[in-house]
Amino acid sequence: MVWEELRFQALLRHADDRLVLGHRLSEWCGHGPTLEEDIALSNVALDLLGQAKVIFEQSIKTDLKKRSVDDLIYFREIRGYRNVILVEQPNGDFACTILRQYFFDVFNRLWLNSLQSSIDKDLSSFARSALKEAIYHERHTKSWVVRLGDGTKESNERIQEAVSVFYPLSYEFFAQDEIDQKVFSKGLLPNTACFENVWKEEVALTLLEATLQFPKRTSTQMLRGREGRHTEHLDRILSEMQSLARAHPGASW
Amino acid sequence: MTEASRQFDFEGRIARDEKIEPNDWMPSRYRRQLVRMISQHAHSEVVGMLPEGNWITRAPSLRRKISLLAKVQDEAGHGLYLYGAAETLGAEREDLINRLLGGDARYSSIFNYPSVTWGDVGVIGWLVDQAAMVNQTMLTKCSYGPYARAMIQICKEENFHKRQGMEIMAVLSAGTSAQRAMAQDALDRWWWPTLMMFGPPDEESPHSSELIGWKVKMKSNDELRQWFVDLAVPQAEALDLQIPDPELVRDSKTGHWISGPINWDEFRSILEGEGPCNRERIESRRESHFGGAWVREAARAYEEKCRKKKALERESL
Repeated sequence: MVWEELRFQALLRHADDRLVLGHRLSEWCGHGPTLEEDIALSNVALDLLGQAKVIFEQSIKTDLKKRSVDDLIYFREIRGYRNVILVEQPNGDFACTILRQYFFDVFNRLWLNSLQSSIDKDLSSFARSALKEAIYHERHTKSWVVRLGDGTKESNERIQEAVSVFYPLSYEFFAQDEIDQKVFSKGLLPNTACFENVWKEEVALTLLEATLQFPKRTSTQMLRGREGRHTEHLDRILSEMQSLARAHPGASW
Repeated sequence: MTEASRQFDFEGRIARDEKIEPNDWMPSRYRRQLVRMISQHAHSEVVGMLPEGNWITRAPSLRRKISLLAKVQDEAGHGLYLYGAAETLGAEREDLINRLLGGDARYSSIFNYPSVTWGDVGVIGWLVDQAAMVNQTMLTKCSYGPYARAMIQICKEENFHKRQGMEIMAVLSAGTSAQRAMAQDALDRWWWPTLMMFGPPDEESPHSSELIGWKVKMKSNDELRQWFVDLAVPQAEALDLQIPDPELVRDSKTGHWISGPINWDEFRSILEGEGPCNRERIESRRESHFGGAWVREAARAYEEKCRKKKALERESL
């Protein structure tokens, strides 16, 4: 693979994570458990979609097919999507959404923190501003993980269930292939394997504080979102998200 | 001070255009009417999130997705702000919401219409938010301080929403023939319901004269409706879209655009709960509110645990 393509593919993974997760969170808009939380979830969704936009814009600079950001979002098939499986999981109840988000937020904060040292000036300055958002997101979701874990019996059971379902999916944040290794060795993007242990330690401490049990099963090697092998959930997201744009090919909006 | 002299004092303040503030004395009916109006307004903001929220996941470009999500989020913020204004009058948010969910409180009739195309997103921003803004611009002068101040903030955002909606319409109108048809169809469906948003004609408006006397409302329903029509007609022309009213004419003496007759039977059926979406709008709010009860309960339980823990720590010091 030529460098341009490597760079494009590597950035696409992180743009897709944020696009798909932002989309998922936006499904809550108008349906939150309180007005305050409705607003907060939309805020996080907006930040993630904003981050996705910047990373997509950076990625297409070296897209050999010269696609626009909207081409990538609205006219790419499911097999071309490169997000981790975790972010395409359905919202479930508020506990599921919060836990999925917390796992991502910790990862995102570590990733952005490290991205500040990228050799690419645009990416490092993006990382500096996005890091502030990520820190705030993590503070918000972490406080909810603790509140739900240590709240009522019902809230504890709900978020405990989310822990056992989602923890094994976190494996994919740190899995690496040739693309990741090459962009890391060039100093473009962080080496995610480096912060796997930090992520695990921090999450374990939060679970402890939230009086939650560590899951029995902690990883599954079957996930290949980074290679474009997705669950049926992403297919549903794309058929909805792309429906209007695809019904009017060539139209501008 | 006797009740009568308090009343006299209150009326004097209204006459001098002074603002009434939360701790000031006010007639209980003034208070009740304001709670009714402000909470109805708050409910409208929250229920109003649903028709547009319906399109967030299908917005046709990333830019549109982000701006629509931000817009609908603004409406949630308005709701929060308005519930806060109602609380300054001694109402509880939870009670107000329960009245909405129990079918005892109203919200704007407009949100009982379905939003079935992307054109509807444009027309809601352009016309519905503009109609809301006409009403709210009047309310910035309202005699109750917290409500008037909430309106100033909200109007700024609604103006932005209106421009966003008009821009969506302009792009559709200048787009492919399918997009143009989408814009015209949305205008055809939303025009008359938007005119009904200002409420029944003056001779049938039950609360108007009292509210105008208290300077809660500064203009009548028909005056506001006329103000809106005069704004919207030239905008439709600029957008190259046809307002679906064959009788619409300009009065050469006054310069006002005069509409044809409004189908008030349709308005009354909507208020009686027979609109196309009345049932599902309330059902959706009920699902979110009751479905989220365990979350609110958990937050309360956790807060209580923290409070006890702190108290224990203090004792052991």
